[in-house]
Amino acid sequence: MSKSFPEEVLEHVFSFITSDSDRNAVSLVCKSWYEIERWCRKRVFVGNCYAVSPRILTRRFPEVRSVEIKGKPHFADFNLVPEGWGGCVYPWISAMAGAYPWLEEIRLKRMVVSDEALELISTSFCNFKVFVLSSCEGFSTDGLASIAANCRKLRELDLRESEVDDLSGHWLSHFPDTWTSLVSLNIACLGSEVSFSALERLVARSPNLRTLRLNRAVSLEKLHNLLCRAPQLVEFGTGAYSSELRPDVFSNLAGGFSGCKQLKGLSGFWDVVPAYLPAIYLTCSGLTSLNLSYATIQSPDLVKLVSQCRNLQRLWVLDYIEDFGLDALAASCKDLQELRVFPSDPYVVDPNVSLTERGLVAVSEGCPKLQSVLYFCRQMSNAALVAIARNRPNLVCFRLCIIEPRAPDYLTLEPLDAGFGAIVEHCKELRRLSLSGLLTDRVFEYIGTRGRKLEMLSIAFAGDSDLGLHHVLSGCESLRKLEIRDCPFGDKALLANAAKLETMRSLWMSSCSVSFGACKLLGQKLPRLNVEVIDERGSPDSRPESCPVEKLYIYRTVAGPRVDMPPFVWTIDEDAALRTLLSLRKIEVSLDIHERM
Amino acid sequence: MTNVMRPERDEYRLKYEETELRLGLPGGSGKDGEAARNCSAKRGFLETVDLKLNISSEGSSLDQVEEVEEKNVIPRSGDPAKPPAKAQVVGWPPVRSFRRNIMAVQKKSTSEGENAGSSAAFVKVSMDGAPYLRNCGSEGMKDFMNESKLIDLLNGSDYVPSYEDKDGDWMLVGDVPWEMFVDSCKCLRIMKGSEAIGLAPRAVEKFKNRS
Repeated sequence: MSKSFPEEVLEHVFSFITSDSDRNAVSLVCKSWYEIERWCRKRVFVGNCYAVSPRILTRRFPEVRSVEIKGKPHFADFNLVPEGWGGCVYPWISAMAGAYPWLEEIRLKRMVVSDEALELISTSFCNFKVFVLSSCEGFSTDGLASIAANCRKLRELDLRESEVDDLSGHWLSHFPDTWTSLVSLNIACLGSEVSFSALERLVARSPNLRTLRLNRAVSLEKLHNLLCRAPQLVEFGTGAYSSELRPDVFSNLAGGFSGCKQLKGLSGFWDVVPAYLPAIYLTCSGLTSLNLSYATIQSPDLVKLVSQCRNLQRLWVLDYIEDFGLDALAASCKDLQELRVFPSDPYVVDPNVSLTERGLVAVSEGCPKLQSVLYFCRQMSNAALVAIARNRPNLVCFRLCIIEPRAPDYLTLEPLDAGFGAIVEHCKELRRLSLSGLLTDRVFEYIGTRGRKLEMLSIAFAGDSDLGLHHVLSGCESLRKLEIRDCPFGDKALLANAAKLETMRSLWMSSCSVSFGACKLLGQKLPRLNVEVIDERGSPDSRPESCPVEKLYIYRTVAGPRVDMPPFVWTIDEDAALRTLLSLRKIEVSLDIHERM
Repeated sequence: MTNVMRPERDEYRLKYEETELRLGLPGGSGKDGEAARNCSAKRGFLETVDLKLNISSEGSSLDQVEEVEEKNVIPRSGDPAKPPAKAQVVGWPPVRSFRRNIMAVQKKSTSEGENAGSSAAFVKVSMDGAPYLRNCGSEGMKDFMNESKLIDLLNGSDYVPSYEDKDGDWMLVGDVPWEMFVDSCKCLRIMKGSEAIGLAPRAVEKFKNRS
């Protein structure tokens, strides 16, 4: 290959290579391929914002048009990461404002986004088109007003489950009347009412609008106004789905829905009045995605609805559906790929609904394409898990939450090791697994040896000893993210498998038995890891080294120790880390910094 | 950490919990301080609810179970003076906060006995001998369970539908007009006919007073 193609030809060839891992492979072939590739990479995914710095990113890839960055660890969703931990996007926006004036897309997950960051985005990128904020926080509707006012080319604004300081609904009116390029708008997470007339006008002047997810404040009587103006909608999220029973309201609504012939997905449905559900019946046969996870309606109404959705691929629903409803789902929806059943009353000990393991078994039997499951329930058995595993070897994601911690097999009172063991044995493509119930070290032996494609594992209130963690860390070849809470795992397994940690994106451990001394050792042994102790009791140095830390977050990085740590986050052996950082800066790093999602 | 005591603890719990009847909303009266603490240690982690335990004879074994439980609790790195496990475990079950709040709002409107025309109010329905409660929206009730249907369903069986109204009185379904019933019903209990004997007279009186 010494007389290779001219650069332009190579660049053209590389332009057809879009997957991150393929691009990474290309960049490792030789120095010139590395150079050509880095100049033409348009899309970058940063799975952990502290694994790499903005400066390293912009220096290596000067022509990026689309960026995706993730911040806090997953357990932040459940309030396990203290307020002020980090994940601020501002340094990234600041660096990219200078380096990427042509940036078109920003997608952020679990990051802290300030109004200043939003303001900076709105004024720095004249071609800005796509903005997705998934589970983010730190901004207000004032920041949204800057985006609305300045981003003339914006196509997508998606606030997915973010926590917004809702000062007023007025921000929506800042979109100029000349702006007609809207394709997707998701404001479902907002509490306050936006001006409905502004919304109406916006929808009316957006011929390309495909996705519209309203917030709860938009009343049911007004929905038909929007639906009639957007018959091309593909995804629609209602507001509060309730109103006094009036025939004119009903027929308007039904008319609105039936006019949307391309509708594939529905969501919203807060405060559902069942009498209004028939208004969507005509859309059911075309639906592939249905999110009823806020709909507090009972099993009979759910069954009536779901059994008409013959083409359903994804269903999110509350446990009001019960086993009976899941039987109906299994009978009607043969294309089902993803099922999520959320608990209506998670903090009550006793079951408030008749939803058990039987419902999940029925769906696993009846739905041959089922590959992704999230299921909250109050009882489980090994027999049921074995049946599910045998029925559905094509499972890719299996997340089971038995609400009572350490609940055994309710029939035999044994641990659920055998059941979960069957899952990892039969489901050879399993990439994500969440465990619950009574589990001993044995289940981790099964997972370590059989979970060859497992990328993400979540463990809570499980295991007996370090042996459990050792099984996972010494096996699971594909493991990237491991999150553990309230397990009796300590120093031995971690120290014995320290090198494994460099092959993973991150490890989270909270309320376990890892000592501060072990953390220091790890930090010293492995300079390419950041070993961070999160402890709100004050400096770990003020306690004996053998004392367990509250929380531990370990991740690989080429950026060295964090510079923005809050007082309750402690890195290990800062001197040694600093020395390493200096030597790293002198070396040209052609490390693989991108990971598949 | 031993698992020896667990089967016993859970067996006990299974035997008792399955048949425990629940009238009204969980959360219970605050007066059961001690009983609640005992249960919470036994249960481990979840919030306790109103339990009326008849554990006089099994008292000693229960204490033993508790003792072992306390020792087997994973040492929290928090300070030892932290309150016992009656408090909810942080972040468990793993439900996002925006999902939790929705349900809390729903429960709140139920406990206030509202029956707003537009929003669905919920009523707990329990049946003697059955371990599960149902939540039924009164709107939903209109659809699939109107008065005659309800009476018909239970016709010939040993059971009668009774309900607790806003005043806390137990009445028979059918004694007051349907609308008044829907307006005032807080929870429904399908009880054995033999137990319902004392109910009728009060119902008649109430209706007289209201009209």
